[in-house]
Amino acid sequence: MRAMLTVAGKDRTGVIARISTTLSNHNVNIIDVRQNIMGGDLFAMIMLVELENCDISFPALTAQLEADGVDLGMKVHLMHEDIFNAMHRI
Amino acid sequence: MLNSFDILETIKMIEDEHLDIRTITMGISLLDCISGDINITADQVYDKITRKAEHLVKTGEEIEAELGIPIIHKRISVTPISMIGAASDASSYVPLAQALDRAAATCGVNFVGGFSALVQKGFAKGDEILIRSIPEALATTELVCSSVNVASTKAGTNLDAVRMMGEVVKQTAELTADRQCIGAGKLVVFANAVEDNPFMAGAFHGVGEADCVLNVGVSGPGVVHSAIQRAGEDCSMNEIADIIKKTAFKITRMGQLVGSIASERLGVPFGIVDLSLAPTPAVGDSVARILEEVGLECCGTHGTTAILAMLNDAVKKGGVMASAAVGGLSGAFIPVSEDEGMIHAVNEGSLYLDKLEAMTAVCSVGLDMIAIPGDTPAETISAIIADEAAIGVVNNKTTAVRIIPAIGKKVGEELEFGGLLGSAPVMDVHPFSAAKFIRRGGRIPAPMHSLKN
Repeated sequence: MRAMLTVAGKDRTGVIARISTTLSNHNVNIIDVRQNIMGGDLFAMIMLVELENCDISFPALTAQLEADGVDLGMKVHLMHEDIFNAMHRI
Repeated sequence: MLNSFDILETIKMIEDEHLDIRTITMGISLLDCISGDINITADQVYDKITRKAEHLVKTGEEIEAELGIPIIHKRISVTPISMIGAASDASSYVPLAQALDRAAATCGVNFVGGFSALVQKGFAKGDEILIRSIPEALATTELVCSSVNVASTKAGTNLDAVRMMGEVVKQTAELTADRQCIGAGKLVVFANAVEDNPFMAGAFHGVGEADCVLNVGVSGPGVVHSAIQRAGEDCSMNEIADIIKKTAFKITRMGQLVGSIASERLGVPFGIVDLSLAPTPAVGDSVARILEEVGLECCGTHGTTAILAMLNDAVKKGGVMASAAVGGLSGAFIPVSEDEGMIHAVNEGSLYLDKLEAMTAVCSVGLDMIAIPGDTPAETISAIIADEAAIGVVNNKTTAVRIIPAIGKKVGEELEFGGLLGSAPVMDVHPFSAAKFIRRGGRIPAPMHSLKN
């Protein structure tokens, strides 16, 4: 299954490194990534990830990524891709 | 990949605007549980519910985690219990209510609905027994909800049932007076009740339904409110209606997605999406505040009914294309205690019972979660029910009365239920009696337009 990972908060060093390390540790492949710095210092990143070979459950991965978010001072969401397709694609 | 704006919009709806799936409700037929002995029936009811709904809560929580959208309640609705008890010679169906309560607790669901009877045209054997059992059933259970259908466009209004329900509502409140009269908050008196409604307290599983189905109720007043707010002051009403339609479409797509995933995982057919705007007491999740955002100083003032009619219609138009099957009540809910803006409007002196009654003519439900003085005569409650039923019968729509006599309390005081049920300021009723009308009994004949064949 594919999921959308979003990270937003005040820009700082090591955000992508920290998040992608967690993903890589659990065999999660990054399919697409988009990142912007908005208004000078607001970091916003959206990743599309493939969880087929992920070695832990979805809630466990969500919890780890959210914990990364807390350490980074950023808001992290991991949500199934389908919810976005359902809402925005007819 | 989708564009960033769409992705962030979805997250914002869930995070900041209270978008949620209000309920996934499993409808279970109990017709195969009927036996001649009420205790055997009760055991079979417990067994069937716990077997069918064993994985309902767990599956709901899994979907919640994966999709990242909250599913607030998991519920069960069952065949009206008056039919299930009728084969026994029991004089009370309280044991069946208690079996429902135990089954609901075992499954971990939030409510079970269906302690119900359909008496719009008259009483079958089990109906009167069930109605008389309601006060004790609701006082001795936690999770059971009850409803009685007293009128329909086809059959007219059963005024004997209306009279009885006035007394039952009052007795139910009295028996739960030590718990904020909450029993009456779990009792709905319907006209034109629907068989696939996933929302409580009025959910039951109609006899025309399959053995087991899954229905979904969506929510999202906060999302609609924010969308109108963003559109600004210069929008015309047709532009506002268009914004509401688009928003309702998106909300309903969530319901359709969650319902189809849940039904696949549970191996149960997907029934309907009920595309209702169901408020909660949380700030930013109010239907009244939508009406005010469109342009009212306070909900309840002149113009309220017109805006609510537009809102109710736009929600349906937007939602209907987003779902494979729309059903249930579908529209805007206007409960008082469960809506922060409604409570505010009552406390400001802007919203009265008469205006709420007018609003029920153009929205999807009726007088909902309204506290009235504890010394209100039963006949007055019956007359309120009869008025609501008349609106439903003549307008070909569902109406309902869920009013709570606040035992020992007067106008100016309030009942505090907590959680999703919120708090209800006690509202004034007319002091003049309708007892003579109610005592006449009999039936109010069906209107002319019931003759459609």
